[in-house]
Amino acid sequence: MSTDVAARPTTTTPLRVKRKRRWGRDTVWSVVAWVIGIGFFFPVLWMVLTAFKKEGDAYTDPPTIFFTPTLEQFRSVLSSGIGTTLMNSAFATAVSTLLVLLLGVPAAFALSLRPVRGTKDALFFFISTKMLPVVAVIIPLYVIVGDIGMLDNIWTLVILYTAMNLPIAVWMMRSFFLEVPSELLEAASMDGASLWTAVREVILPLVSPGIAATALICVIFSWNEFFFAVNLTAVQAQTIPVFLVGFITGEGLYWARLSAAAVLTALPVVLAGWVAQNKLVRGLSFGAIK
Amino acid sequence: MAEISYQRASCVYEGADKLAVDSLSLDIEDGEFVVLVGPSGSGKSTALRMLAGLEEIDDGTITINGKDMVGVPSKDRDIAMVFQNYALYPNKTVGENMGFALKMRGVPVEERKRKVAEAAKVLDLTDYLDRKPGKLSGGQRQRVAMGRAIVREPQVFCMDEPLSNLDAKLRVQTRTQIAALQRRLGTTTVYVTHDQVEAMTMGDRVAVLRGGQLQQFSSPTELYDRPKNAFVAGFIGSPAMNLFTTPVASGGVSISGATVPLPRESLNLLAAAGLDTVTVGVRPEQLELNRDGTGFRATVELVEELGSESYVYARNTGVPLTGLDGEPVIFVARSGTRSPARLAETVTMSVKPEGKIHLFHPTTGERIGD
Repeated sequence: MSTDVAARPTTTTPLRVKRKRRWGRDTVWSVVAWVIGIGFFFPVLWMVLTAFKKEGDAYTDPPTIFFTPTLEQFRSVLSSGIGTTLMNSAFATAVSTLLVLLLGVPAAFALSLRPVRGTKDALFFFISTKMLPVVAVIIPLYVIVGDIGMLDNIWTLVILYTAMNLPIAVWMMRSFFLEVPSELLEAASMDGASLWTAVREVILPLVSPGIAATALICVIFSWNEFFFAVNLTAVQAQTIPVFLVGFITGEGLYWARLSAAAVLTALPVVLAGWVAQNKLVRGLSFGAIK
Repeated sequence: MAEISYQRASCVYEGADKLAVDSLSLDIEDGEFVVLVGPSGSGKSTALRMLAGLEEIDDGTITINGKDMVGVPSKDRDIAMVFQNYALYPNKTVGENMGFALKMRGVPVEERKRKVAEAAKVLDLTDYLDRKPGKLSGGQRQRVAMGRAIVREPQVFCMDEPLSNLDAKLRVQTRTQIAALQRRLGTTTVYVTHDQVEAMTMGDRVAVLRGGQLQQFSSPTELYDRPKNAFVAGFIGSPAMNLFTTPVASGGVSISGATVPLPRESLNLLAAAGLDTVTVGVRPEQLELNRDGTGFRATVELVEELGSESYVYARNTGVPLTGLDGEPVIFVARSGTRSPARLAETVTMSVKPEGKIHLFHPTTGERIGD
């Protein structure tokens, strides 16, 4: 016992020095992280604050920090026909994301299961479609869509968004499938499961975080898409990004109302991200391998 | 209950110019524990996977109880497999992992539970049935993998290096458990390992493979005592057999000027084959150090003390003899005493009077004589 007590001071001294130094470095990094974090978050916060201001308060210089919040801007935005565009965006996003998952997940599975001749070529073909700038295809696309009478039709956007997100989804899902040990499929088949049962019972639960991540990416890309929407839609199939731009008019900017509309636009995506985050952070195939 | 027969079964991987398994013929009896052993790339895992249906049988056939398995999917072969990395379903609990095959077969929940509980009891997993594999230790995961196999009561167990992810002590312990379990269940088992100690201790019979070809298929003691060729001789046994190529002298073979006598019938065989050099094999325990000067002289390079015994590694003086790989041979002799020699000391080594000398053809490596 006495040796323990004697030994203690000599061991604690270097420890304390070490801890102090680390504490100093940690503080610096936390400050940096907070500064960057606030830097990124501030515009969002300002948008939300402005959305609750009166138009007059939104314009002052220096900016008003204390004000009486009002829902006036939201009321005005909601009555200006945002509902239709929200519905259009929601429809295009949901249907295209669903199609992307239905087509992309099986494709990615097939391409990761066992490499055959042409697997690489197929994968490269998928990603090559993303290498052409959208501006380069918009005129032929406009002509084609016009010729088949699909201008200002929400299904046009559904098809385009599906095509736009499919390569990304295949590549993303493939990387998730590749992380699933191939022995799991073999083990399931030894256990008497058919391929379909093995996929349903063993593989899909493991890649579900990957599916959530892929779906979220597709949702964000489709929801934010502006270029196709602004060129190929007018009144009926107008989506929310196009609607939002409508607030920037020649007569002037309605900052408060634009902010309110932007908040309403961002809300569904934020919610989708929040719902998916649980799945996103969960370990993929922890425990399958030693 | 199953008899397995490989009949000139071959497998080739896409793009490879060599067969992974080359005309393998093996007859495995019902209830037998057969170990496939060999260095990496010997085709032992491929041979097992062909039986399990995870690899195509490109030529020849494999039968189970006389039934041809070519084209039969693995799910219909009634074979349970234990994988090297266990391949447990990470999203299922231990109980669900073990009961999965029964569920696939449509066994009612109650019976499933009972069988899983029985297997869990055997493997000491009862307390872990509700845990996910991620929360288990390596040894426990290994037992779950075993449990998943035994709960189904399959015709055949296939085990692909199931112990290689365990630490040394646990490996030895689990080795005896698996062997005992197999004896009790009496299920025909094919077991793959690269560890010749596992092969020797577990198998009723051992098949040694090299480059996709079967070298020898016999009992562990037979492999040790009568290796069919120089490769098997060098592969089975630890430390490995002393193997070196040396000139034939009158009345025996010459090692560094000293003549080691050979029995008359061996000499006759060598003469009949017209060989003037021969590959000689002597196990470390058949070689002894002596101080009276008989035998060949060698310089000690290393002494390994294992407690109960020690091994002396020494290089012969004069022109070095070459081994199978063409490198100079370092002789290994086992000694029952502590510190039998000092480093850099020159000792004389000789084959014990009752010691067995194995002779192999210097080019083909085939065994000569008995």
